[in-house]
Amino acid sequence: MQRFKLFIPLIIFVILALFFWKGLSLDPSAMPSALIDDPVPNFELPTVKDESTLVTQDVFKGQVSLLNVWATWCISCRVEHPYLNKLSGEGVAIYGVNYKDDTIAAQKWLQEFHDPYQLSVVDADGRLGIDLGVFGAPETYLIDQRGVIRYKHVGVVDERVWSKILKPLYDSLQ
Amino acid sequence: MIPELAHFALILALGLAALMAAVPLVGVANDNILWMRASRSLAVGFFVFIALAFACLAYSFLIDDFSVKYVAQNSNTLLPDRYKFSAVWGGHEGSLLLWILILATWTLLVATFSRNLPLDMLARVLSVMGMIAVGFLLFMLLTSNPFDRLLPNVPTEGSDLNPLLQDFGLIIHPPMLYMGYVGFSVAFAFAIAALMSGRLDSAWARWSRPWTNTAWAFLTVGIGLGSWWAYYELGWGGWWFWDPVENASLMPWLVGTALIHSLAATEKRGVFKSWTILLAIIAFSLSLLGTFLVRSGVLTSVHAFANDPERGVFILGFLLFVVGGSLTLYALRAPVVKSVVKFNWLSRESFLLANNVLLMIVMATVLLGTLYPLFADALGWGKISVGPPYFNFFFVPLMGLLCVLIAVAPMVNWKRSKAQDLMKQLWLPLGLAISTAVIFPWLYHEDYKWTAGVAVLISVWLIAGNKMDLWYRLRHAKTPLQGLLKLTPSYYGMLLAHIGMGLCALAACLATIYSDQRDLRMEPGKSVDIGGYRFELREISRLAGPNYMADEGLIDVYKNGELEAQLRPQKRRYKSGGNIMTEAAIDPGLFRDLYVALGEPLNNGAWSVRVHFKPFVRLIWLGVIMMALGGILAVSDKRYRKRKTAEQKASVALGDTNATV
Repeated sequence: MQRFKLFIPLIIFVILALFFWKGLSLDPSAMPSALIDDPVPNFELPTVKDESTLVTQDVFKGQVSLLNVWATWCISCRVEHPYLNKLSGEGVAIYGVNYKDDTIAAQKWLQEFHDPYQLSVVDADGRLGIDLGVFGAPETYLIDQRGVIRYKHVGVVDERVWSKILKPLYDSLQ
Repeated sequence: MIPELAHFALILALGLAALMAAVPLVGVANDNILWMRASRSLAVGFFVFIALAFACLAYSFLIDDFSVKYVAQNSNTLLPDRYKFSAVWGGHEGSLLLWILILATWTLLVATFSRNLPLDMLARVLSVMGMIAVGFLLFMLLTSNPFDRLLPNVPTEGSDLNPLLQDFGLIIHPPMLYMGYVGFSVAFAFAIAALMSGRLDSAWARWSRPWTNTAWAFLTVGIGLGSWWAYYELGWGGWWFWDPVENASLMPWLVGTALIHSLAATEKRGVFKSWTILLAIIAFSLSLLGTFLVRSGVLTSVHAFANDPERGVFILGFLLFVVGGSLTLYALRAPVVKSVVKFNWLSRESFLLANNVLLMIVMATVLLGTLYPLFADALGWGKISVGPPYFNFFFVPLMGLLCVLIAVAPMVNWKRSKAQDLMKQLWLPLGLAISTAVIFPWLYHEDYKWTAGVAVLISVWLIAGNKMDLWYRLRHAKTPLQGLLKLTPSYYGMLLAHIGMGLCALAACLATIYSDQRDLRMEPGKSVDIGGYRFELREISRLAGPNYMADEGLIDVYKNGELEAQLRPQKRRYKSGGNIMTEAAIDPGLFRDLYVALGEPLNNGAWSVRVHFKPFVRLIWLGVIMMALGGILAVSDKRYRKRKTAEQKASVALGDTNATV
């Protein structure tokens, strides 16, 4: 019985190792395919900069664009932000979804770090996030001219992600 | 040619490491002294070839040999030489080579400085370290060779080192951190050797104590440097983010802290033997786990290296072998016999046990928080991120409780103490703590913050308690100086580390509570007042660095109308890659930092500027330095270098109240 107790650390480790094994095949930035090739879910939400007008999913129609889910509480978003500024400077249309965030803080953030977004809708309770299947920020969706989601990237968009994955798709949709 | 030479050196090192893992063990089994002795020469050979490979990689960086893929990915002709050198460990492959170089260094040190260790013990220890080396060398050669070439199309220019890493802090942070991580492999090797030999007496604890203390001190410095770097380089003004990679370094530190205390109890009193062995295994396992988490892409983090599932599979396999193997060995061989030594609840042993239990609970909460996103994902609960609120909720009160106990622990005797005796020593620190807790927050700030009061109460209690203990020990000395000289370096080490801990806790709390931060729009010539200081933006100018262009602000800071400091925050744009970096300007002070970071240019020549007033933040790192120095001071104690006979004599003198932890 005494001896059995000494096996407890080993048992805990084996359980952990099983999770790690599973974790290896799960990509933390993998895309669940549920919404791919579906239109952006319906919404009617105010924007961060102007809370009086409501915008809908129709803003995505007419151009190829990126939908970026962000929040001021998300450290990775801060890492990603300069790159979004660069992309928007190159003429890529980016729409933001300010996810479960404080709007005042979001306004400050955009003032301080430069605003790469055409507009950012306020998704304070995360309702749009649920419809989109957002797991966490940042996430970036590639949306075609008809407003249909064509790709989803979870995690930071940087030079590598953009040039290797998103840009080829982005160019092919033009 | 040079990279191929280095590659060949790595392969030779692998061969030597494999021999080092096998030959001494065979020697032990057959009682063959020659084979056991071979471990020493093999350790030297292993070190020489790894050092050669490392030097070759550094050389390739310095001469801009972009035919080497790793150099092309992490360097650039414009990069200053010191960063070309530190770029050696700026990416996954090179940092792995640094890991192995440090392992080789520790192995060499063990081989050199363990003259009075029994030969069979040394042979086992070096063999275990050889096994670890084989695993890491195979990992490097099979999945992450830093000497892969880009031939025949050699790039004319490299893609530059990540600008975040072009910094003094990053030159020294990884080597220090790895010295700590890898240093725990020595404690681990001693524990495994003890399990293999079945000789679980207090001698093995004595042998591994100086090594463990040294590794712990390095890890302490490494974590402190990382936090300091994050503070001034990331431009957010924070110094700890509960990022998975930070947690990966904190967990071995927590267990390592438990280990150095538990080793003290095992050495001095022969208690907690199995537990100490387990801690040594866990400390090193968590170091390996950190490596797995950072390099496999299982968790997302700001610091993560390029992810590669193949590498993840390899490290997981290695983890299974090392951790699974050692825990199995532990389960089969650890002694189940209860120690015959008895101790009272009010005894040094109880306090050390409480220290261990608390630190392990803290480690478990950090581990759970760090891995929770992975569990949730694997069980299909969706992707979740665990933020600072969770960690602070558990970490702060538990560490607070630990700090309360630290004040008392050094005063308590082994076996048992009388409560009345303790009260005699404790009323003064308690009175001092309560009065400062009332007065300080009231004097310091117009609002009385009770959180600051609690922080001051606990920290002053801790620091004053330890000072009191020193004073109490001097009570029989003829003169205080004589008494001071009589106390051992390991006592001073403990004192210094405990006071450092108190200082660190105090500073961390006060810096969090009293920080002031403003985001402002500033135009040249305009000024603002924050925390009693006036910040005036004089001008914003353009300047060129070696591999970047920058906008630099010049901000004069006045206090009571007198110029106190001139700050020059920068916004840099790096030429290759176009990365934009914020270089905060800091006017450091023992009791406050003034921290200014440039935001974005606004219209009419105005800029958004972030100004922080950070009181006491320096003291966090001062506390960290004191902890590390304490660890080193304890190692310098003469008794670790005494010959064996003296050792046995010392271990007889158990009741000695001056015996230190």
